Amino acid sequence: MTMHEEGQLSPELVMAEMKKNGVTHVVWLPDSETNFLYLLMEADPDLDLIPVSREGQAFSTAAGLTVGGKRPVILIQNTGMMESGDSLRGWGLSLNIPVVMMVGYRGWTRHGVNSDTAATYTERFLNAFGIQYYLVETGEDAPRISVAFEEAQRTRRPVAVLVGDEYHGFNR
Amino acid sequence: MMYTADMLKAFAPYRGNSIVIPGRGGRHWTNITDQPNRDLPVGDPAMGGHASFGLGVALSLPDERVVLFDSEGDVLMNMGALPTIAEKAPENFYHFMLDNECYATTGGQPVPNAKNIEYDVIAKGSGYPATYSFDNLEDFASSIEEILGQPGPVFVALKVEPEIENEPIGSRVRWQTRSRTQVIDDLKGELGIEGP
Repeated sequence: MTMHEEGQLSPELVMAEMKKNGVTHVVWLPDSETNFLYLLMEADPDLDLIPVSREGQAFSTAAGLTVGGKRPVILIQNTGMMESGDSLRGWGLSLNIPVVMMVGYRGWTRHGVNSDTAATYTERFLNAFGIQYYLVETGEDAPRISVAFEEAQRTRRPVAVLVGDEYHGFNR
Repeated sequence: MMYTADMLKAFAPYRGNSIVIPGRGGRHWTNITDQPNRDLPVGDPAMGGHASFGLGVALSLPDERVVLFDSEGDVLMNMGALPTIAEKAPENFYHFMLDNECYATTGGQPVPNAKNIEYDVIAKGSGYPATYSFDNLEDFASSIEEILGQPGPVFVALKVEPEIENEPIGSRVRWQTRSRTQVIDDLKGELGIEGP
């Protein structure tokens, strides 16, 4: 298999969705589900990458950027998102921050049986916080990223995009 | 040690048009500020996040000087924010940190290793190009102009007297005069920033 077979979620497609929605900053902590974006993001002169060392920092950073009129996206893994519950509540929800968080869905399997509790609790976590989310597995799903951006702006709330495609195929 | 209110009063004449995030000093700053619409007294949305919030504001508004009054409890909770600030190196960011050696709002219990942490050294080791530490008001007051006269990010650790609260949170008098979202909307209006 090549890295960019038809139907797969290519980094170019994800980047195109970000550009279409006016993303100015990527606040991120590397994870294996979204690492394929790194080289493209780094090479893009219009994107400012802000590395954090704990995912909770991403929500307060994104809040500050939004206050100043910028449009950040948060790029983290589900494990770190769960660690970040209080930051999501305080800096995201209580300040009405319209930010999209692209979340690497570690452990996700299409067949519903997983051996990774990171996946077990991901959607339960989002439901507990009342966060709307959209699953993106293939290139055909990429337009859902724009749906998430539009919803975040309309509702002034964080919205999640769950990226269920580690290394193009672990979940098949 | 110095009193937070006295420290903020000493800072006020040098504020200029800075955007001020008063953090834990918010209750005092509310009575001192002369430009409330350029303040971001968001209270304590989630402990540990002020440094990153300040970074975000500074990066998004590079033509504005951004001054944050953080606390040592917040910094300890998210110390990893310091290397990120140092890497992004916003020249308009001035990071003051109030160190009262305790969790004052929960009754005054000491922070870990309360009396033996050199926060300015930690900031310097994280990559801040300039750091300071003051334990008395006179030295701080005579250095404010120098601190604000150089490019950021600058980190300033300040030993302050604890103002311990032991009332149940629901019984405390609220010092905030505006909601968090109103504070943000007021700043955006002041700066002409559109959008949600």
